[in-house]
Amino acid sequence: MEQAAPAPNTNELRRGLSAGLSIAFGYMPVAIAFGLLAGSTGLTVYEAVLMSMLVFAGAAQYMALSMIAVGAGMIEIVLATFIVNFRHLLMSASINERAEPTSKRYRALFGFFLTDEVFAVSSVHKEPVPGGYILGTGIAAYSSWVGFTAVGYFTGAVLPAILQESMGIALYALFIALLVPSIKDAGRPVVVLALLGGGFNWIYAFALDTGWAIMAAVITAVVVYELLIRRRIT
Amino acid sequence: MREEFIWMIIGMGLVTYIPRILPLIALSTENWPDWLRRMLSHVPYAVLGALIFPGILYAQETIWYGMLGGVIAFLIAYTGAPLLAVVAGTILLLTGVHIIT
Repeated sequence: MEQAAPAPNTNELRRGLSAGLSIAFGYMPVAIAFGLLAGSTGLTVYEAVLMSMLVFAGAAQYMALSMIAVGAGMIEIVLATFIVNFRHLLMSASINERAEPTSKRYRALFGFFLTDEVFAVSSVHKEPVPGGYILGTGIAAYSSWVGFTAVGYFTGAVLPAILQESMGIALYALFIALLVPSIKDAGRPVVVLALLGGGFNWIYAFALDTGWAIMAAVITAVVVYELLIRRRIT
Repeated sequence: MREEFIWMIIGMGLVTYIPRILPLIALSTENWPDWLRRMLSHVPYAVLGALIFPGILYAQETIWYGMLGGVIAFLIAYTGAPLLAVVAGTILLLTGVHIIT
């Protein structure tokens, strides 16, 4: 049943914007590196910024660049984006149960901003999570992502070559930084899943294009892991 | 802007947006079988593993710099440093290594 949309509470919005600042800060080097890499991949600044505005998904955007670089097909890139971002379905489902009741239109608005990081910040808020809080967090992260994509596109070239070279590690450092707290919290399951994902990707990468290799690796990894834990239980 | 690129970006946006909002506006996962919810919950870690490896080996001009960067990032992250500190620290330390070697 459709409920009346409560007017977005400016107080909640402001609290969300403040919480989202940490993400905005964290996105800065990654967005700059994306803008820089987009330029070196041959995208125009408009194409790079449009991608950050419409997609707003770091890993998928980086993957798209690497696929463009190797001459992958457009449909293949869209499908790979779908596979990489499909995990947001579960985050959306989780937020769905935690968020305060709001109109579907409002949920369709703040749902746009549900990256891993926006989800993580939003989901630790005590229930029910106000829609304005999620929206504020998302807008702070989004502004940084889009703005620094443009900054990176133009300033990338003026950075010292040696720093540019090192910036190639930025995305991987981010992924590791995202993984380590989970390893510390959950331990072996996270390590095993990451090793399975990386291991199968390494194997599939010999035969498949990037997007398909990642897709096949992730599916294989979660199925193999499921079989492993079932065998251990039963 | 090239027209085929715009269509690709719109497509990427749509296939990203739909999974982000579909459960929020339409779905109840309460009826999903446990094993499927469990497998979906495992996807992020497998994705992170696949995104890190083997790509990290080719992030620098040699495999060794890439692996060193990974070790540096892991060690900084293990101290509980925030994401930005891990990323910036890894870049700075790796730059230092580049300068020295």
